Amino acid sequence: MELAVRCSRLVKKYDEVTAVDGLDLEVPTGECFGLLGPNGAGKTTTVEILEGLLEPTAGDVEILGMRWSADQAALRQRLGISLQETHLPDKLTVREVVTLFRSFFANGRPVEEVLDLVSLSDKGRSWTEKLSGGQKQRLAVACALVSDPELLFLDEPTTGLDPQSRRQLWDVVLGFKKRGRTVLLTTHYMDEAQRLCDRVAVIDRGKVIALGTPAELIASIGGQQVIAAQLDGALADGELSALPGVHRVTRAGGVVSLAVEKLHESLPALLALAQSRGAALTQLSTHQATLEDVFVNLTGRQLRE
Amino acid sequence: MRPDPLWQLTLARLRMFFREPSAVFWTFGFPVALSIALGIAFRNKPPDPVSVGVWSGPDARGARRVLEALRAAPGVVVREYYGPETRDLSTGKIAVFVRPGERIEYDYDPERPEGRLARELVDSVLQRAAGRADAVPTADRAVAAPGSRYIDFLIPGLIGMNIMSGSLWGIGYVVVEMRTRKLLKRLMATPMSRAQFLWSFVLMRSAFFFLELPLLLLFGWFAFGVGVSGSIALLVALALLGALAFAGVGLLVATRAQNTQTVSGLINLVMMPMFIGSGVFFSTARFPEWMQRPLRALPLTALNDSLRAVMIDGAGPRGVAGQAALLAATGAVSFALALRLFRWR
Repeated sequence: MELAVRCSRLVKKYDEVTAVDGLDLEVPTGECFGLLGPNGAGKTTTVEILEGLLEPTAGDVEILGMRWSADQAALRQRLGISLQETHLPDKLTVREVVTLFRSFFANGRPVEEVLDLVSLSDKGRSWTEKLSGGQKQRLAVACALVSDPELLFLDEPTTGLDPQSRRQLWDVVLGFKKRGRTVLLTTHYMDEAQRLCDRVAVIDRGKVIALGTPAELIASIGGQQVIAAQLDGALADGELSALPGVHRVTRAGGVVSLAVEKLHESLPALLALAQSRGAALTQLSTHQATLEDVFVNLTGRQLRE
Repeated sequence: MRPDPLWQLTLARLRMFFREPSAVFWTFGFPVALSIALGIAFRNKPPDPVSVGVWSGPDARGARRVLEALRAAPGVVVREYYGPETRDLSTGKIAVFVRPGERIEYDYDPERPEGRLARELVDSVLQRAAGRADAVPTADRAVAAPGSRYIDFLIPGLIGMNIMSGSLWGIGYVVVEMRTRKLLKRLMATPMSRAQFLWSFVLMRSAFFFLELPLLLLFGWFAFGVGVSGSIALLVALALLGALAFAGVGLLVATRAQNTQTVSGLINLVMMPMFIGSGVFFSTARFPEWMQRPLRALPLTALNDSLRAVMIDGAGPRGVAGQAALLAATGAVSFALALRLFRWR
C-alpha cells in the first residue's frame, strides 16, 4: 500500500504550549482522511507541518514519498492546499485569481474546467470581494485544485458556511476523491467527517486519541443509539449501566449519555428506574450515535466546547 | 498552456492598483494638484517698488526738491511724514526714511537687504538730481534666466518625491497587507518563485513610472512652460534608476512588519527626513554647511539633484554620474537585504 502522507512522533512546541505532542499518521493514496477535533486541538498546526509551511520541533514527515528538506520544489508542484483563512485579493476577478494560481504550476487543469468544477463559471468576472462566504471558500478550493494535485489539503473547508454551501463543497471533495486522489482535511464537524472521510483520526491536545473508519469509531462506544438526558437526583453510573442493552454511560456537562443497542429495550427500563427512584428526567432525547458521541466518550467533553 | 507567472503576478499588481480609485488619485492626481497649487502660489510677480518715507513738515528744509526728485524716479513709492521721526520704518511699511536738510540723512536698517537697496537707490537719485554725473557710461540689459522660477525648481522635486512615495506605499504597504491577510502564506504554499514575486513589484513600479513621469513633465510644460534643457533619455534613465532604488527601499521596509500600522510608521519615518531635507520644496542649500554632506547621501537628494541638473542646467551623463551611482547602490543593497530578511509568513 502506497502512502501519500506519513508522519511519526510529530512534535511542535511554542514557547509555553505544546501544540502537537507526538502524533503519528499514515494516509494511503486514494483515501480521504479526516482530522477531527475541537478548536485548539492541534489540527491546523499538524496540517501546516505536513504542508511544509511550519517547521516541526521534532518528528519525521514524508509526503508522496518525499521530504520537505530535500524535495520542496517538486513537492509544491504536486500538492493542492487550502488554508484555514486566506483573503484572496478583493479587486481581482474569480477567473484572474485562478489564472494567477495556475501560472505557478508547471502542470494543471484548465482554468475554465476548475471554475466549472466548483460551480463558479458564471462568477468568473466578479470581483472576489463580491462573493458570498461559500463562493469565496469554493474559490479557495479552486486555487488548490487548479494544479490537478495528487494530494489535497483542506483546513476546515466549511467552517462558518451555510448548509447548502457546505453540501456544494462536499460534492467537490467527493468528485476529487472519485478520481483516485488523496485528501487530508480537518474539521470540527462530525457530520462532515462522517460524510466525506474513509478514515478519521480524533485529535485532542495534540495527540491522536482514536483512529478508524467513522463506522468503527461509532461502534467502539458499543451502541448504535444514544439516549441523552438531564437527570435530576442521584442515579449512580453503576445502576444505569446495569439497565438492559446499555453499553456505556458517559457524563458531560450535566448530561448523561447512554450508548444502547436497542432503544425499545433500554428506554422503558430507564424511565421505570427514574420513576421508582423519584428522579426527574428532563430534556430527554435520543439519536443515532455519531462521532460527537465518540469524542464525548473519549474525553468527557463536547467537541464544540 | 501555462500562463507566465511573472507576467501574471505583474498583471495582478497593476489590476489591483487601477481598481483602487484612491490609490490612482494619490499617485497621479495628487502631484498634479500640488504643482498647480504651488505654481500659483509662487508665480513670478513684477518686482515690488521701493517705498520711501520723506520728512516734509514745515521745518524740513529742502523737502520739496527731494520729493520732486524721488517722485520722478521709476520704481519708487513716496510717503510724506509731518514729523522727523516715524515708526513705519520698524514695521517695514517703508524701507528708508529720508530727512532732508543741508545734509540729507537716511534712516534704514542695514541688516535688511531691502533697506540697503532702498538707501542706495534713493541716494543715487538725489545725488544725480543735485548734479552728480556718471563717471563711466553704463548700459542695462534685462535677462530672464531660464529655469530660475520656483516652478522650474519644483517640478523635478515633485517627480522625485512621487517616485519615492509611490514606491514606498505601492510596495511596502501592499506587501505588508498581503502578509496580514495571509495571502503571502498562501502563495508560499504554491511553487511560486519568491524572486519573481518581488520582481513583479519592481516591474509594476517601472510600468507606473512610464505613466507618472510623462504626466508631470507634460503638465509642467503646458501649464508653466517648464522645459527639459538636457537629454530626455538621460532624464528617463535617472528617474527609472530612482524608481528601482526606491522599490528596493519599499521592499526593505516591508520585510518584517506584521501589520499595516507598523509599516505606515516605518514609511513615514523613512520619507519624512527626505521630504524636508532632500530639496523637494526648497533647496538643500538652506541647511547649514555641516548638514550638507549627510543630506547629499540621501537617495532622494541624489535623485532630485540629478533630475534638476538635467532639466535646468542641461547636464550630461558625466555631470550626474555620482548621483546615479548612489541610486544604483541604494537599490542593489536594499534589494539584496530585503531578499535576505524577508519574512514570508
